[in-house]
Amino acid sequence: MAREYETVIGLEVHVELATRTKIFCGCSTAFGGEPNTHTCPVCTGMPGSLPVLNKKVLEYAVAVGLAANCKITRYCKFDRKNYFYPDNPQNYQISQLYLPICRDGYVEITTESGTKKVGIHEIHMEEDAGKLIHDEWEDCTLVDYNRSGVPLIEIVSEPDMRNADEVIAYLEKLRLMIQYLGASDCKLQEGSMRADVNLSVREVGAKEFGTRTEMKNLNSFRAIARAIEGERERQIDLLEAGEAVVQETRRWDDGKGVSYTMRSKEDAQDYRYFPDPDLTPVHVSDEWLEQIRAAQPEFREEKMERYRREFDIPDYDIEIITGAKRMADLFEETVALGTEPKKVSNWLMGETMRLMKETETDAADLCFSPEHLAKLISLVDAKAITNTVAKEVFEVMFAKDIDPESYVEEKGLKTVNDEGELRSTVERVIAENPQSVSDYLGGKEKAIGFLVGQTMKAMKGKADPGSVNALLKELLSKLQA
Amino acid sequence: MDLAQMTAVELSAAIREKKVTVREAVEASLDAIAKREESLNCYVTVDREGALQRADEVQKKIDDGTLTGPLAGVPVAVKDNMCTKGMLTTCSSKILGNFVPTFTADAVIRLEEAGAVILGKTNMDEFAMGSTTETSAYGVTRNPWNEGHVPGGSSGGSAAAVAAGECFFALGSDTGGSIRQPASFCGVVGMKPTYGTVSRYGLIAYGSSLDQIGPLCKDVTDCAAILEIIAGHDPKDSTSMKRDDTDFTSALQEDVAGMKIGIPRDYFGEGLDPEVKASVLAAAELLKAKGAVVEEFDLSLVDYAIPAYYTIAAAEASSNLERFDGIKYGYRAEDCEELHKMYKKTRSQGFGAEVKRRIMLGSFVLSSGYYDAYYLKALRVKALIKKAFDDAFSRYDVILGPAAPTTAPELGKSLQDPIQMYLGDIYTISVNLAGLPGITVPCGVDSKGLPIGVQLIGDCFREKKLLRMAYTYEKARGPFGLDKEGR
Repeated sequence: MAREYETVIGLEVHVELATRTKIFCGCSTAFGGEPNTHTCPVCTGMPGSLPVLNKKVLEYAVAVGLAANCKITRYCKFDRKNYFYPDNPQNYQISQLYLPICRDGYVEITTESGTKKVGIHEIHMEEDAGKLIHDEWEDCTLVDYNRSGVPLIEIVSEPDMRNADEVIAYLEKLRLMIQYLGASDCKLQEGSMRADVNLSVREVGAKEFGTRTEMKNLNSFRAIARAIEGERERQIDLLEAGEAVVQETRRWDDGKGVSYTMRSKEDAQDYRYFPDPDLTPVHVSDEWLEQIRAAQPEFREEKMERYRREFDIPDYDIEIITGAKRMADLFEETVALGTEPKKVSNWLMGETMRLMKETETDAADLCFSPEHLAKLISLVDAKAITNTVAKEVFEVMFAKDIDPESYVEEKGLKTVNDEGELRSTVERVIAENPQSVSDYLGGKEKAIGFLVGQTMKAMKGKADPGSVNALLKELLSKLQA
Repeated sequence: MDLAQMTAVELSAAIREKKVTVREAVEASLDAIAKREESLNCYVTVDREGALQRADEVQKKIDDGTLTGPLAGVPVAVKDNMCTKGMLTTCSSKILGNFVPTFTADAVIRLEEAGAVILGKTNMDEFAMGSTTETSAYGVTRNPWNEGHVPGGSSGGSAAAVAAGECFFALGSDTGGSIRQPASFCGVVGMKPTYGTVSRYGLIAYGSSLDQIGPLCKDVTDCAAILEIIAGHDPKDSTSMKRDDTDFTSALQEDVAGMKIGIPRDYFGEGLDPEVKASVLAAAELLKAKGAVVEEFDLSLVDYAIPAYYTIAAAEASSNLERFDGIKYGYRAEDCEELHKMYKKTRSQGFGAEVKRRIMLGSFVLSSGYYDAYYLKALRVKALIKKAFDDAFSRYDVILGPAAPTTAPELGKSLQDPIQMYLGDIYTISVNLAGLPGITVPCGVDSKGLPIGVQLIGDCFREKKLLRMAYTYEKARGPFGLDKEGR
């Protein structure tokens, strides 16, 4: 009889914090500058330079810890993790081992099989490394230290997850929580959120954990789910063949759907961690802790609850809108401008989602303002523009946040309310489409749709489809008679 | 006027009074350098042109009243482990043989702003690891009192330069005695302030939790004046303290009546040269005659200071020196095929034997399985030593003892037995472990004609007590110095 296996998963999640400056110097954290332009003696490891902690990093770490129900370490320290690699200018990374800022927390996740708690072992602060660029043409490697010293937190979970669904739910939960806090935009593709998966399998009912592996290079939720499935199968195959799982770090190749050994436990480095003597211990005062606690935002669950109470929109809409901080902000701010909630929701659920998908835009990067969305909706309400035109205008707004009012004015997109022009256009369409006309007169009522479309096209969308429909019916009925 | 006889404070007064120009002062130092440098080797870099040019700039600022302070126009030498923008900074190591910093150390900036003129960078033990200035990659520095002897270390170049008149004062750094011991060996005043008093920004770290910059100079008045200028909070150094009592020159009073001096018996036992012992105890007698109360006591844990110090300092050094890897600056070995081979070859060729010894020692005590037994235990000893001093300072204003067990050893003797050399730090390293201020003042010469220093140790932030006592002692002792001794 085939044995049944259970998968045991724990996650190490790195999140890049949204501070303006780096963790130990005043350099900008902005993405995409020319190589080595966001650097100084501190983040390039020049001799004699010294680190000074950016207090905002500590504040974000504490805020995330509180949101994840952690105990906050009131007296915490930074440690040096020593290893030689050129992306690490000092050849040690400043991190936290002995006294991390947060410990012993949990988050609640919901999957199809219900709600459960995933334990948070610890959250610690650390600095990011630079980037190596291999120039194959010149056969050399260059280093860009712009990322060096960008603040990170590492969130280490307990081995509490049992399948990919739970892992994704946990990551979604963390991502939303942190986005709501404004502590990071948490984009997996851009690397501002990175997850390493620790996975082992054991026979159902076994007390001890199996030997685990750590999987790296997971750049999307899809890759994470696939890697979990792949690694589970690989380990089960090994055990079924009577072989042992080797404790090691593996690299996932999502293109090929397989993983490779990066390094095994035997050649694991001794990082010689010790407290960084250049940084004084950090004391989190009662007062400051209370300030951070008081500043915690309304998280998703509370927000959903409130939307249900306050707005008459479907649960499905609430779920989607609160699924991204920026989306929820846009919704609330547009509604606050006096726009009907359902209409705002329709624009977000419809056109916004469609364009996001089409242009692969993350909700965090939505650029149009609530003011402009509100204006657009009121233009439609006032029948100043048609829905067709509104969609057109929105597409431009989505790309570069233009003012819909002046755009409509400029481009002459206002609905034509000139009865004479509309009547002559409809008459021309009727004259030019005898087949559709006779179809309609012959009882095929749907044929009118084509005639409406032709009229709208001739009017360049600037006619009110309701009026067009009515006028067509009126003129056609005369023909019938 | 004999410029060589002048202290820094006297010189700046003479400059302000227009008896001397800054250029003349700089030329006096450069002349001394020309005369003695070939045999003494106090400097790694002498910036002749830069110093002369700067002299004229400073003169203008003194003339127009912009610069009025007690170091304006005074030529200074800076230990070669402090970054100086645009000027070679080697730490006396091959691995930084071509390193020109892009910024200047905070303490040096403060000197520049006060109008001091930087002559160049002084020789030292490589990365400040050593007690003789013999581990320098750029040759040994010789003791101006007797060129067959070492000047002490690691700030040996700074101490020798001051003693030989190759500068009017110098900056050194002190991790385990590296200012106070060479001051003792070269017959000058040297002071390590309370940890956190002088910014470490721009000081190339050896043992970060122990390193402090301080003055090496001709007398206690200079010492107070220099410290007053280089001390101060620096937001770029997290370990820098905010103090509102850095008006150190106000402590230059000839008055020790009623001050209590503790003499640790443990500092006068086995291993202490009888001549040094007699000279240091005579200094205590002199202070007693001036009204101080002198008492012997037992300072516990003295035997544990050396192992604790070498564990902590080496651990920090092993990490601090990781950045010297041939990638970003400094020396890179040639003909390297692959990254880790390049690291190994660069570091094998770039570092000297003593530095390698301490990197290995430090890496060992931090490695997994040994961390608790060595590094953590050493930290516990450090805390206990601090407690022992706290206890002593509840009873005494100042602790008095020798700065080193002997006078300056002969060249070439010390490195043959590194353990013996480490043991020579016995009287100075506890001060670093406890973060205390300490000052060495010359108190005599031995039968070989080599100077002896007396060390005064104070409680944290009690530099003023030290300076007052050192000043009183100095006045009572009378003139001292290479020239004054008639050599």
